[in-house]
Amino acid sequence: MGSTTATALILTEEDEAKLAGEHGQGVAMAMRIIVALARISQAPRLIDISSAHIDGCLYHGQAGLDFAEKLVSLGAEVTVPTTLNVSSLDLMHPGIVRLDPEESAAARRLMDAYVAMGARATWTCAPYQLEGRPEFGSDIAWAESNAIVFANSGLGARTARYGDFADVCAAITGRAPLAGLHVTLNRVPTLELDCSGIPSRVLDTDAAWAALGFAVGRIVGEEVCILTGIDPALVDEDRIKALGATAASSGGVALFHVAGSTPEALVAGAAWPPAGVRRIPVTGSVLRAARDELTTASVADRLDAVSIGTPHFSLTEFAKLADLLRDGAPFDPSCTVWISTSRDVLAEARSAGYAQLCERAGAKLVVDTCTYLVPILSETVRTAMTTSGKWAWYAPANMGINVVLGTLAECMASARAGRVIRDESAWN
Amino acid sequence: MSRPGTDLARESRVAAESLCPGVGCGELLWLDEPLSLWGGTDLATGMITDVHHPQHGLSIAGRVLVMSASRGSSSSTSVLAEQIRAGVAPAAIVLSSRDAIITLGALAAAEVYEVWLPIVLVDEHGRTALPRSGPVAVVATDAGASVTWNTPPFPND
Repeated sequence: MGSTTATALILTEEDEAKLAGEHGQGVAMAMRIIVALARISQAPRLIDISSAHIDGCLYHGQAGLDFAEKLVSLGAEVTVPTTLNVSSLDLMHPGIVRLDPEESAAARRLMDAYVAMGARATWTCAPYQLEGRPEFGSDIAWAESNAIVFANSGLGARTARYGDFADVCAAITGRAPLAGLHVTLNRVPTLELDCSGIPSRVLDTDAAWAALGFAVGRIVGEEVCILTGIDPALVDEDRIKALGATAASSGGVALFHVAGSTPEALVAGAAWPPAGVRRIPVTGSVLRAARDELTTASVADRLDAVSIGTPHFSLTEFAKLADLLRDGAPFDPSCTVWISTSRDVLAEARSAGYAQLCERAGAKLVVDTCTYLVPILSETVRTAMTTSGKWAWYAPANMGINVVLGTLAECMASARAGRVIRDESAWN
Repeated sequence: MSRPGTDLARESRVAAESLCPGVGCGELLWLDEPLSLWGGTDLATGMITDVHHPQHGLSIAGRVLVMSASRGSSSSTSVLAEQIRAGVAPAAIVLSSRDAIITLGALAAAEVYEVWLPIVLVDEHGRTALPRSGPVAVVATDAGASVTWNTPPFPND
């Protein structure tokens, strides 16, 4: 051992057997990666996990494909329930993603490799909207920053920040290092964000929670915070999703609590925020400043596209959208509305009639992938509007377009008008 | 100019911890801020494409990268593995934090291609002792790791 190595990793006999190839060479390869990760993170031992979510199925190049196909060729299979994140293709709407045939074929092979290992073909960044969610307190190995922060914060499950390669290796071995947010002490809030200065009517749109998430990420970085002063009646899973996804992008937030609302904060009760933690006020003007930082176009600008459903649209979000579209007014022909969702939620939205309502208004549905990761939007799009803080954060750099963060109502009014409409009353 | 390896040159050395074993030599490239390899570097060339980054326009290919940590997306793991495959990865990486995102990329490439890109961890003292430029060698084994370089006997000779 190196002189600077402080913590010794203790492996069980079973771990050693996996490492030695007694469960096959695929398991041995996965175990080498997990053990290396445990050493990097100075974990004292490995723990069992009860589910995995794999982000490695998005095609970034030959190396990711070679890694997955090597595991398949060595006979590796997942040993815990495993979901798959978005891929580079929409298998239900072929042709919607503009990739060259060679890259499409490689992306498809990558998807096939992960399915061959026994993972579910869910192709969603919002696995928490599917059946079989992790239980409170259970240890899981999830990748994709928005899924990680939702599982930790909204479900009270425990996952560290897993990424490419570590995710599938945890799924194959069923083991993960005891480190990071698997450790109870690391889940206690180290600062309080006092939100009592934000009017409740402002916090009654999902986009406000995205703006709040942007501010939270900027303030806390990678720390664990607790938001106080928020009426529990305003908190739902779509809002936890919106806050978490943006905070994970603007900072490195993997867990936050909302006093009186999220599962661990409910258990802790009056004990949180812990005595002596720093307290930082977050006001309505902080929220508006975040909104404006996530906006690079101006009111009244011509609008070419609207993108919603990043992270993937939920059934309740479809219901809210259907309410706004029920009067039947169509979108401006020069503005395309894109809705990203999972194939499972789309099936539910169809049986409820929501999806048909959206399509009748002119919206286009995307499943299995996402509108800022692969080329989907028309190349002529200059300005797009979104309810998603994460999309607003990444789209200007990834796609070279201007973006406006707005509420769902603002987005729909703007799509109908073909220009950016701001309703300041929703933000004040 | 000093001539590395001559009798007059003195060898300097900083001890490190091995995060991924391997041996690599190259010119130092200090990153003044964390870098996201995904979205921040070119997959095929190793150029730093993040326009907000202080080292924008330089290439990481073949250099010994000194960086505090990566930033942002865990997809940087895949990007490093791909750059190793394409031969445009750094020769070695000297980190000052236990960055799993970077290190897993090198470990995965080692599993698939048997190419070992050394990644080592230095403490603040070691980081400060490193030169700002010039060639260094990074050696990382399970028994320990080090960064070594030759110092000219006389400054600016």
